[in-house]
Parts: sequence; C-alpha cells; structure tokens
Amino acid sequence: MKDRYDVIVVGGGPSGSMAAMFAARAGVSVLMLEKDREIGLPVRCAEGVGDKGLRSVVDINPNWIAQKITTVKLISPAGMEVVIGTDEVGYILNRKMFDPGLAELAAQAGSEIITKAYVNGLLLDNNKVTGVRVRTLGREFQVKASIVIGADGVESRVGRWAGIKTWEKLNDMETCAQVTAQNINVQQDAIHLYFSNTRAPKGYLWVFPKGNGLANVGIGISGEASRHKSPFAYLFEFLQTNFPQAAIITTVAGGVPCAREPEKIVANGLMLVGDAARQVNPVSGGGIVTGMIAGKIAGQVAGQAIIDGKTDEKRLAEYARLWQKAEGKKHKVFYKLKEFVYNMSDKDLDDTAKIALQIPQDKRTILQLFKTALVQKPALILEAIKVLT
Amino acid sequence: MKKINYNRELCDFCGTCVSVCPQDAIELSENNLEITDKCTVCMNCVYICPLRALEVKNEG
Repeated sequence: MKDRYDVIVVGGGPSGSMAAMFAARAGVSVLMLEKDREIGLPVRCAEGVGDKGLRSVVDINPNWIAQKITTVKLISPAGMEVVIGTDEVGYILNRKMFDPGLAELAAQAGSEIITKAYVNGLLLDNNKVTGVRVRTLGREFQVKASIVIGADGVESRVGRWAGIKTWEKLNDMETCAQVTAQNINVQQDAIHLYFSNTRAPKGYLWVFPKGNGLANVGIGISGEASRHKSPFAYLFEFLQTNFPQAAIITTVAGGVPCAREPEKIVANGLMLVGDAARQVNPVSGGGIVTGMIAGKIAGQVAGQAIIDGKTDEKRLAEYARLWQKAEGKKHKVFYKLKEFVYNMSDKDLDDTAKIALQIPQDKRTILQLFKTALVQKPALILEAIKVLT
Repeated sequence: MKKINYNRELCDFCGTCVSVCPQDAIELSENNLEITDKCTVCMNCVYICPLRALEVKNEG
C-alpha cells in the first residue's frame, strides 16, 4: 500500500469492483479496500440477476452461474401460481465465485486490492474528502486520494462522514433471513416469489433454485414489520409448511435498502455507489446489476475527472446525472410501486391472482398485473396515478 | 439508564442495524460490533435486527 492513490474504493463487492476496474482502465491509480478477509464471503444475497443488465457491464463467466432462469412465478397467499410472461433470461449466481471474479477483473485492469482492511474514517480538508483512515494488519494508516468511492454496502458510513444523510427509516429497510437448502424440489429454472401480508408483511418470500434441488429460500420484511416478529421466525414457519424436507446448508442474515435515493450521491472528492447509494430496486430488492452499472459510470467519471484535474462536487455530479439517466428515474417509479404493493391485503393479492390467471400467459406482464390489481382496489388508483405519471 | 447491548453469539455482523441508526453510533468490523456513546436508545436497531442480537437493558 502506498500513501497516495488517485482513487480509493471502499468496499469490494460488485459495485466497488466495477468502480475500481473502470477507473483503472482510464489509466489512474486505484486502491480497493475490503473489510472482510475474503472478497465474496459471507454471501448476503439471494443471488438473482438479469442477463441483459449483467451483460451490459461485463462479459459473463459461466463459472459464476449456478442456475439459468427462464420463468418467474408469483404465488398468491392462497397458493395460486401466476407465471409471468418474460423473454428475459436470468441467472442465480454463485456470489462466492462471482465477487472474487469481478475483483480479479479490477486487479487485471491495474487496481491494487487489500482485504481485511477496515476503513474507519475519512480524511477531510476544507470540506473536501482527501483520503481514508484504514486499519489493517493491526495498524492504522492514512491514505490520500483525489477521489474516494464509497461502495461500503448497506451499512455504509462513508457518505455520512462526508455529511450525506444515508441512514434509513425502518419502513425503508428490509430485514432479511435466508437459508441455502437442499431438497427444495421446485421447477429448477423458475424463481418463485410468494406474496402475503401475513406470511411476509411488507415484503415477500423467495425460492431461487441453484440447481439439483439446492435453492436460496429467504424472506425480506420491512423493519417496521419486524418490530414484533423476526424474519427468521417467518422463514422457519414457511419452511415448515412449504418445504418440510429442507436440509439447511447455509444460514444468512442481512438488510436490503428499499429506499428513496439519498439527496445526493457525490460530494467534493467523494462518490457513493451500490447499496451505499441505495441503488437497489425498491420492489424486488435486487441491487447487483444496478450497483454494477453505477460502479461502471462512477469509475469512468472518476478516471476522466482525475485526468482533467478536477474532482470537486460539481465535476463529479456528472456521475449522478448519468446514473439518473440510466437507472435513477426507474428507481423513483419502483419506490412508489413498492408503497402500492405493500398496501395490498391477502384478499387483494388473491383476487388479483385469480384475474391474472385469466390473462393469456404470454400477455401476463408485471404492468398488466398492476392494472389488474388496480381494478381490485380502486382506492389505490390515486396512488397508481402517482406511480405511472 | 437504558443501554443497547449486543449478543456476540447471535450477531452475524450483517450491518442492518448500522443502516437504520440515525446517530452513526454503531461501529461494525468483520467480526465485531460496538454501540458507542452516541447512542440515544431510539430502538431502531433492536426492532430491525434479523437475528434479534440487540436488546435494551437497564444499567446503573
């Protein structure tokens, strides 16, 4: 580790690795710091991604993929299965292969990477971020940088240290429990999403197959809903009723921000990407690809900004603008849609499923379902207008 | 005085608590969690912890 880099990336997940890779490709010096001893572990993720989105950022390595997905099944509280017509192919990844794979790409592009390196503060000079304080090998170091990219995940503090409010209200954080289990005998190329206000309040349960009977089975509920009952309590009830034969290989806990975006994602000498910038689809909780897209844009802008010799907030705002164009607008729509879905009772969900099953499968899109739900609950039309306009 | 305690045996160091802490009062590293004296016992972390590793205790 040197005492100065052009760019320091805090966090070695997919968003961080992409930021590091694209910055390094621009020809600037990059250091990526990961607090855990191993990149990719522990996995805190249901591991689902879309093919198109992923391909827009990197060439897909077959070693990263556990299972190809062609079908999405939504399951109503009463157990009605609604298959959504989709042309898009997806994958359930092996994040413990995927994350180090991306970090290797960042390294091949020229980034330096250090694991077990815990960033515990920023260096600030005159309202500008000028580096990080990092603990590694039992010592604390101060490392300077022209730009710090905070890719420090759901638990991000980098933004806060630069004065950006990134903490979330309970309603905007999903608290999640997941097991990876064997003997989950469902259609292997389909993801299964279970909606129910009683079994998964303000969230949903999922089964994401990883091939040969292995699957990620999990739940996310809002922090508000978890006041009285934990996501693990809900998950174990679900396993007992739906998959009593499940043999658990791995258990994991975690949080997913399903929130509005922070008021800003750049400051003087600072950019935030991925979960740290709440770049997660607030309905699905999916954030791998969106984070990687943000990482790519941030890395490219950071590289060019350093070459131009300007790293103030105004210059780095180019990243925020490009992000808005690429994904930010969609994010706003999905945030409103989330509130809509949360307000549906089990009866609303079952009624919607019943009608949806009458729509031919190839015409059964998410938007079509949304319209159907509206007919069921006209009181929500006002909400819906907000979403669609 | 009320205080938030964390149970090392239950905690998975997932960071969900950090994300809802309005005071930036939680230090989380790879395998340690610390509630600092910035904590105002707002209870957000207690409510959201997926593993119920945080609880409020009366001390002193």
